[in-house]
Amino acid sequence: MSGGAMKHVLPVLTVVAAIIALWYAAAVGLNRAWVYDQAERAGVAPASGMALIAETWSQERPVLPAPHQVAVELVKTTFGMAPSSKRSLVYHGWVTLSATLLGFAIGTGLGILLAVGILHNRAMDMSVMPWAIASQTIPILAIAPMIIVVLNSVGLQGLVPKAIISAYLSFFPVVVGMVKGLRSPDQMQLDLLKTYNASNTEAFWKLRLPASMPYLFTSLKVGMAASLVGAIVGELPTGAVAGLGARLLSGSYYGQTVQIWAALFAAAIVAAGMVMLIGVMERRTLKRMGMAR
Amino acid sequence: MKDTASASPVIEAKNLQLVFNTNDGPVHALKDVNLTINKGDFVSFIGPSGCGKTTFLRAIAALETPTGGTLTVNGMSPDEARRKRAYGYVFQAAGLYPWRTIAGNIKLPLEIMGFSKAEQDERVARVLELVELTGFGKKFPWQLSGGMQQRASIARALAFDADLLLMDEPFGALDEIVRDRLNEEVLKLWARTGKTIGFVTHSIPEAVYLSTKIVVMSPRPGRITDVIDSPLPRERPLDIRDSREFIEIAHRVREGLRAGHGDHE
Ligand SMILES: Nc1ncnc2c1ncn2[C@@H]1O[C@H](COP(=O)(O)OP(=O)(O)OP(=O)(O)O)[C@@H](O)[C@H]1O
Ligand SMILES: [Mg+2]
Repeated sequence: MSGGAMKHVLPVLTVVAAIIALWYAAAVGLNRAWVYDQAERAGVAPASGMALIAETWSQERPVLPAPHQVAVELVKTTFGMAPSSKRSLVYHGWVTLSATLLGFAIGTGLGILLAVGILHNRAMDMSVMPWAIASQTIPILAIAPMIIVVLNSVGLQGLVPKAIISAYLSFFPVVVGMVKGLRSPDQMQLDLLKTYNASNTEAFWKLRLPASMPYLFTSLKVGMAASLVGAIVGELPTGAVAGLGARLLSGSYYGQTVQIWAALFAAAIVAAGMVMLIGVMERRTLKRMGMAR
Repeated sequence: MKDTASASPVIEAKNLQLVFNTNDGPVHALKDVNLTINKGDFVSFIGPSGCGKTTFLRAIAALETPTGGTLTVNGMSPDEARRKRAYGYVFQAAGLYPWRTIAGNIKLPLEIMGFSKAEQDERVARVLELVELTGFGKKFPWQLSGGMQQRASIARALAFDADLLLMDEPFGALDEIVRDRLNEEVLKLWARTGKTIGFVTHSIPEAVYLSTKIVVMSPRPGRITDVIDSPLPRERPLDIRDSREFIEIAHRVREGLRAGHGDHE
């Protein structure tokens, strides 16, 4: 078991190590100009060798922060301050996550409803998919501000508009996956129910829905990641003061590259955590259903 | 009407036609099929691939609609019979739901037909015993061998009170040894339940061993070329297959198949 685990871990670690090494090298290359610049202004000879490298890895506003700078910022703003503090990543992360979760719930619900509609209604079967696809071809950055402005004019702001943008992105994988899943039973299985004179409702609950579960979970993972992107994008156009999107925005206003990168990593970690959570639920559900061995 | 009803056959086909309209033109899956199956018969359908065996069985089950002639099941139209749940159908693949246990799979028709929980459990136990799967109710399908899965699917078709059992090559995918065992079991089951059975097969010995009536079919267009009423007794040990009578019937079936094939062979 541990030998097998090592076999999987080793390649991953190798890749991670390679990326970090490349990153450090890139940081030297990209941040070097500033060091020369400073030295020229001060009228001294620029540092070279190890001293140069050390300087490129410890600037306050580097073009590309070194990995350890991002890590330190991440740890400091996550664990180093009260979660209620406006500088805490936990605080900002929660603001974004709450919108993500609400949007994910709305998107998933809508996606399942649409899939059921497509399954049982010919008109919806013909009409919904093209619209759903069209909706995803419009750049979200273009409609996010409009959604926010429109909702703001009816008195909705903060969590809900962001959640709606999340839902806008996350319903799509759920519709696609669920339609496929609900249609996955083959003709023989449908014929079998017909020999029992089963109704469409019974076919849905006893055959189509359980058969769609593996498809649903795959869609949920994609949908969750899309939801998070939606929530962050929803924070950008309003100049929101809270949320990971707001951290990205204020970071870029003030050239706080370390803060930007820390926020990016926080978003990635939140997304990975959520997707893993769905993965755990998937394994449990499928195991209980006898579909995982 | 009354006196004919008591002697009325379970299945009666008269000049039955079934044409599939495909993109490459019409396919005559069944042409001028005349057949009467009486209560308690064990009828095998045998013939080369594409001769309409499955189509005929599906037409009886109202899964296909004939394009001509008449077909009655228990004196009703096949669709009426289907709505009255007159038959159990066993497909070539077991088709058990992977997310249900064996018992859960057998309960599927019972749930749909509205049997009480207690009745469901009782019936599951009974049919599991009938197909010799007692003790496997809590297992999931993937934990069973192919032969056991097929037996479970037969149990599922036996769980409710249909007097007619339609089986489309139920053992087609199994090896000869398992097949022999299951054939014996099917015969026992037939003796115990008194059901009327329609059975599709590609195997001449299987058809002769099981049936009271063997229907030989031939393709293009799909039609019946011979109907053989078996003189074998209802009680059939496996070694009956070495008897003279058995070999003679098998010979007649083979001749029928060859004749149907015409100059193809
Ligand atoms: N749904 C369908 N649409 C069009 N043609 C069909 C359809 N079902 C069957 N056929 C055609 O009808 C003919 C009879 O098919 P059928 O499946 O009844 O044969 P079969 O005797 O069961 O063959 P096999 O032994 O291979 O199972 C074949 O020529 C087949 O191509
Ligand atoms: Mg067939």
